[in-house]
Amino acid sequence: MRQIKGRIIARGSASGKVLMTKDPISFLGNINPETGVVVDPDHELFGKSIKGAVLVFPQGKGSTVGSYVIYQLKKNGAAPAAIINSECEPIVAVGAIISEIPMIDKLDINPYDVLKDGDDVLVNSAEGFIEIL
Amino acid sequence: MYLTKEEEKTLRGDDGETLRKMIEILVALGDIYGADALIPIKSAQVSGVSYKTIGDAGLEWISDLKGAVKVPTVLNPAGMDMNNWERLGIDPKFAAKQIEIIQAFGRLGIEPKCTCTPYYLNGFDVMYKDHLAWGESSAISFSNSVLGARTNREGGPSALAAALVGKTPDYGYHKAENRTPNLEIRVGFETGGSDYGALGYIAGKLAGNKIPLFKMNSVPEKDEMKMLGAAMAASGAVALYHIDGVTPEIKDKEFVYEKPAESIVIDRKEIEAVYETSGDPSIISDIVTIGCPHCSKAELQQLADLLEGKTVVKEFWIFTSRETAEQNADLVKLIEKSGAKVVCDTCMVVSPAANSFKRMMVNSGKAYAYVPSMCGLAATYGTAERCVKEATGVV
Repeated sequence: MRQIKGRIIARGSASGKVLMTKDPISFLGNINPETGVVVDPDHELFGKSIKGAVLVFPQGKGSTVGSYVIYQLKKNGAAPAAIINSECEPIVAVGAIISEIPMIDKLDINPYDVLKDGDDVLVNSAEGFIEIL
Repeated sequence: MYLTKEEEKTLRGDDGETLRKMIEILVALGDIYGADALIPIKSAQVSGVSYKTIGDAGLEWISDLKGAVKVPTVLNPAGMDMNNWERLGIDPKFAAKQIEIIQAFGRLGIEPKCTCTPYYLNGFDVMYKDHLAWGESSAISFSNSVLGARTNREGGPSALAAALVGKTPDYGYHKAENRTPNLEIRVGFETGGSDYGALGYIAGKLAGNKIPLFKMNSVPEKDEMKMLGAAMAASGAVALYHIDGVTPEIKDKEFVYEKPAESIVIDRKEIEAVYETSGDPSIISDIVTIGCPHCSKAELQQLADLLEGKTVVKEFWIFTSRETAEQNADLVKLIEKSGAKVVCDTCMVVSPAANSFKRMMVNSGKAYAYVPSMCGLAATYGTAERCVKEATGVV
């Protein structure tokens, strides 16, 4: 059990299995809002589902409509359980807040050094840390 | 970021779930961009209104919100004329969704005024150094540059959050030190009318998101600066520019700035190249549009004069705000006598109405930049006079 502090973006607490990518994500275009499956063939996560995962990616990119796509994922039950970014930008930050998906960024330790796919992780963005379970 | 006791309470949820989420958006953006506090705003403009842009995802989010805006709030252009959508052949399914979106905004106390020129509206007066939260790129450019007000480039949710809370995080263009020009652009020849849209189209590509300081031979009118800024915000990401000796901030003795280190020259040939296809009589446009951004009274007057005694031979759409059209019903009548259509609440870029045409003639550098990618048509750039000639078939 190990806690790593970070910056609170969207308050909440959730746990799940880590799904990591070094590619930024454009929620408009990269992800199917009905299923949570990554549909962009050029994306590292192509064919994988982000549903229920602790999704780790550097930051968002692309259209600001991406915030609404995150909301649609949540409504469809296909959203990630929590989001960890290296350093977030407004599209994903706003999307996570309006969708009530716990989100944290700027961890004290680079998440790419300590996390790997399938790890069980708790994101506690009410208090501002993640915990590897 | 410092929050007042009241703001802390809102963030805890004491003022309800919608406001809790809204202030959370503002605080997160403030943290991301290094704001130290929230500041009151005078008005807001919410982008992401057309069903063509936000789809069902956006509609769902807006429909779920509860509360009332705290400052005068206006909307970006919608996907159709809200009163007269059948006339341009809008699909009834699209129309039903668009009406739902406007009604959802209405439940939050937002008047159904859909325009990219809120600064023409009653109740949206903008004064020098006013803080705003506006979301349409040309309106942002106009208020920052021509009026000397202060707004960042707000996305749909952040502008709506600012409207409901009545505040915005104090960062970016709200701070004087971030408004300093960092690119000098020299225009060493006379310019007038639609030259400013062409100039903006070229300058935006060169400027990216920099803050240009123009040194010009001519002194542009406000409507001309509207076209200049709109084009730069479309071909580039310019949210603020200055014109030496013209715009208010650069004339303010208290505004301290150094001469930009980078300087570029735009010559007449580059402007002429933008007009090139309009000079070739073998290139025919099957539709002509004017009003990007929405026409002012003076621009409607010019079109009424140009169209006097003429009849259009192809679709000619002129976009303006409903309020401007209603205040100038006589001009609208004169224009429509020619067969041209004055269309409110929308524009050629955000409406699907023009998608079935092949080539559009425009007098707007912004429309010229967006029409090919957003509507799938070729575009030709011409003066207002040239547009009227194309529409009336007397080229």
